[in-house]
Amino acid sequence: MNFPELPEGRVLPVVTAPATVLSTVGEEVDPTSPEVAQLAADLIATMQVSPGCVGLAAPQVGVGLQVFCVNVVDHPKAATVHGTFALCNAKIIEASRWKAGREGCMSVPDLTGDVKRAARVVVEAVLPGSGEAVTITTDAFEARALQHEIDHCTGKLFLDRVAGAHAIYQRKVYL
Amino acid sequence: MPELAITVIGPDRTGIVADVAEALAEVGANLTDSTMTRLRGHFAMTLICTLAEPSAAEAALKSLTGVTTTVREVSPSSVDESGESWVVSVHGADRLGIVAAVTRVVAASKGNITDLSTRLAGTLYVLIAEVDLPAGAGDELAERLAVAASELGVEVTLRRADSEIL
Repeated sequence: MNFPELPEGRVLPVVTAPATVLSTVGEEVDPTSPEVAQLAADLIATMQVSPGCVGLAAPQVGVGLQVFCVNVVDHPKAATVHGTFALCNAKIIEASRWKAGREGCMSVPDLTGDVKRAARVVVEAVLPGSGEAVTITTDAFEARALQHEIDHCTGKLFLDRVAGAHAIYQRKVYL
Repeated sequence: MPELAITVIGPDRTGIVADVAEALAEVGANLTDSTMTRLRGHFAMTLICTLAEPSAAEAALKSLTGVTTTVREVSPSSVDESGESWVVSVHGADRLGIVAAVTRVVAASKGNITDLSTRLAGTLYVLIAEVDLPAGAGDELAERLAVAASELGVEVTLRRADSEIL
C-alpha cells in the first residue's frame, strides 16, 4: 500500500491522563486539508522520537480529531505490517480472533493493562493528504495497535477495557 | 477444621511471602484462598487457611519481624455465584471519595463487588471493580454510574466480564 507524502513533522508534547481531551470523542476530519496532513506528520514525528511508541493518536497531543499513526515494523509480536502510516476517520469493519494481551500507552505512562483485542481486523479509513479511501486488513500486533489508536479517537483509553480488577499493573519498561 | 482469616502487611522485601508461607506450613496451616500484592511499597497478604490449632498460627506469625499480622477464626462461608459478571472501570483526576461514591452506586443497584483494585499514578486515579449484578440490571447501573462519574469529574465504563469456558 502506498501512503501519500506528508509535510515535515514536528515533535509535539504528549498529553497524559487525566485530561479531558483523552476522554472526548474526536471529530471527523477533512483528510485533504493541509492542517490534517500536518497533524498526521506531527504525530508520526512524535511517535518516532518516543522510545517504544508504536502508535499515537491526535487526542494524545491535545487535538480532539480522528487522526492517528501506527508503526509496528520490527515489533516481535507483529505479523502483517503496513509500515509507518497515518489514518483519518478510521472505523473497524470486522474484528475477530479475540486475544488478551498486555498494553501500555504514552498517555498513561505509569500503568499497563491486560486488554482483549481482536487479532484480526478490517479497518476502513481515509489517508491524510490525498483523502484516498483505504481498507486495511491486518492481524496480530498491528491489529492491536489500530484498535488502541481508534479507541483514542473515540475517547477511550485501555483502562476502559482492562479485563478485571487484577489486570492493571505498575509499568516497568515502556513498550 | 477451624478456618482462619489472616492478614500480613509490611514493607516489601524479597522473601516476605516465603517467610509467611513457611511459618504457616511449619504449624500445619493449610493455605486455601489468598490474595497477595504490593501496595505503594507495602506488601499486603490476605489469606484464609485451615488449622486444627488456631493459636499456633498466631504464635508462628509473631516470630516474623517487620510485618504486622492479624489472625481471626472465621466461619466457613458459602459464596453466592448467581448473577451476571460485569467490570467497572473508573479513571480520572484523584479526589476524595471516588471509591465511596462509585461503590455506593453499585450497592444501590444490588451489585455485589467481588474484586476491586485501585491505583494512584501521579494525579491519575484508576479503579477497576468486578461486580455480580442481578440479571438485567446492567443498563440501570450504567446510567447511575454515568451520573455519579459526571459529578465526580471522572470517566466510567461498565461492561460484561468475559467468561468463556473451554
